[in-house]
Amino acid sequence: MLGSGLLQGLAVTAKNFVGSFHDPARYTTVEYPEVKPALPEAYRNFPFLVSENATDPMGTLRCVACQICEKECPPQCIYIEKSKDKKPDAAGKPQIYPAIFAIDTSVCMSCQICVEVCPFDAIKMDQVFEIATTTRFEALLLNREQLAKPNSYYHGIHPTEAAEVDARLAADRKAAEEKAQAAAAAKAAAAAAAAAKAASPAPKAPDESRRSPQGEGGPPTPKPQSERGAVS
Amino acid sequence: MNAALLFATTGSVLETLPVTLRDLVTGWLPEPLRWLVNSLVGVGTLLAVIGLLFAYLTLAERKILGRIQNRPGPNRTPIPFINLRFFGLAQPFADGVKAITKEDVVPDGADKVLHFLAPVALLAFSIMTLGVIPYGRHLVLLEFDAAVLYFFAAGAATELAVFMAGWASRNKYSLLAAMRALAQLISYELPLLLSVVPAVMLAGSLALPAIVEAQGGWSYGFLPQWHVFTPWGFAGFIIFFISALAESNRSPFDLPEAESELIAGHLTEYSGFKYALFFMAEYFGMCALSGMGVTLFLGGWQAPLPFLEFIPSYVWFGVKLLSLLLVFIWIRATFPRLRMDQLTRFAWKFLVPLALINLGTAAFWSLTAGWSGPLQFVRWAVALALVLVPFTLLGRRLSAGVAPRTYRYAT
Repeated sequence: MLGSGLLQGLAVTAKNFVGSFHDPARYTTVEYPEVKPALPEAYRNFPFLVSENATDPMGTLRCVACQICEKECPPQCIYIEKSKDKKPDAAGKPQIYPAIFAIDTSVCMSCQICVEVCPFDAIKMDQVFEIATTTRFEALLLNREQLAKPNSYYHGIHPTEAAEVDARLAADRKAAEEKAQAAAAAKAAAAAAAAAKAASPAPKAPDESRRSPQGEGGPPTPKPQSERGAVS
Repeated sequence: MNAALLFATTGSVLETLPVTLRDLVTGWLPEPLRWLVNSLVGVGTLLAVIGLLFAYLTLAERKILGRIQNRPGPNRTPIPFINLRFFGLAQPFADGVKAITKEDVVPDGADKVLHFLAPVALLAFSIMTLGVIPYGRHLVLLEFDAAVLYFFAAGAATELAVFMAGWASRNKYSLLAAMRALAQLISYELPLLLSVVPAVMLAGSLALPAIVEAQGGWSYGFLPQWHVFTPWGFAGFIIFFISALAESNRSPFDLPEAESELIAGHLTEYSGFKYALFFMAEYFGMCALSGMGVTLFLGGWQAPLPFLEFIPSYVWFGVKLLSLLLVFIWIRATFPRLRMDQLTRFAWKFLVPLALINLGTAAFWSLTAGWSGPLQFVRWAVALALVLVPFTLLGRRLSAGVAPRTYRYAT
């Protein structure tokens, strides 16, 4: 009958009106400045530098100033200067570190390419969106100190991803240690053998595992920890 | 009439409270001046109340639309200086300040006088219609015999102001939009008037208080005898309401302005406070037509049940008026806008014939007022048939070949 559709429509809007007072599914608006929206885990914008230790962020940056991200960055918003000296990293190994690491957020387009190319899991995407500043230039150019955020923060914003990264890093570190031990054992054995004049060369395995991923030519995925040996 | 006499006739302090207050104020004046000041106080009160109603109706509309669309609506405007938000209750005043401080642009080639007069005339005619409505048992500002005629004459004069606005803008789009608006307003003037005639016929008077009195009393001691509870009255009320939607340019008949499609139609060349005046007039017209609908069909200021009569009549009128205004807003939130051809077709092929048939139904109803016993059932059956059969047949003809719509390329 004519008009029944109109009544159905009125019922729909009336239900939504009444439901907005008691049903959260019908009242989805979040009143922003007072209530922050719960961001989905996959949300990302602007990179930050991961440091292992919150108390000493500059000393424990994962970044080794390899400058891959600087070269890959499409809008070229990253600027890196290598250090002249070496400092021990979180594992205690001496590494080059970025003396200057700056990202111009007025240029950055949050494409995540720097994250994808980083072999050290040193740069990750942040979730900040309140980025308004009162000055046009200085405040938008973030330096090393502003970019460094601890690994615990990374766990807070991207838990799944951070757990994967941590597991991979731990496995790589363990593998590297075992290899080092094996190499040391082999070396010792070789030394012993050399001493015994029975010439048997030390295994070349660590070198080959280092080279093979680079030969594939695809986008560099986060590399195992043993890669560090190649750079340092 | 003075307050003491009124008190004697109705016996309720609250009922006569507005009149008592007015007499307290004007009682000090010499007798010859009293009628003039009495009228001025009445006009001032009406304007203040309706003005406030307009202000908060805009807020209520935005909030209700928001709730229906899963958002809170305006709720942040603080009260000045104390910075207290209070659900955004200061929002209408912030809107008013904004409208006043905006630049008022008048096109170079516009007819300056008419361009200025159009919103003023529209508002003036809208306010004139508000004067005759009986807001309570003793609250009739303008009491005269041809009140219904006066109401619709003043209401029709707003159409002149609409065309004035379109023509004075010297903008062909404004002019075309004004003509379209006129076509709509004139189309719906007819069903509006035809739906009112039965109420006048039954009461035998064009005076609104008499029409309200005619709906007084209780059948079986508790059922109100409002016109809307009779077959012809229900049909008449629906026709009246649809026509009122169109007459006050409200959704789904808001195509003269069509804010999302045209650039406000005949209001294209208006800005600042003049633009706000047009909206004020729209809301005043909406209030006036709702008040008229309440008076003619919903029993005016009468209480819905006998034991509720202790609540003053003006409260009942206010409750009914607000409920009708809420339905206006509810409808705006629900229905999409009609097309021009659908609009006129709906008026001429559906509403006008139905309203004409409704005249006959009402005549039958008034002629059979004496029927009692089993004849009562015959009376109801015949009257219902007179309403439902034309509705079904005309509705079928209206939607023949149009509905249900089939989509060729979509599933």
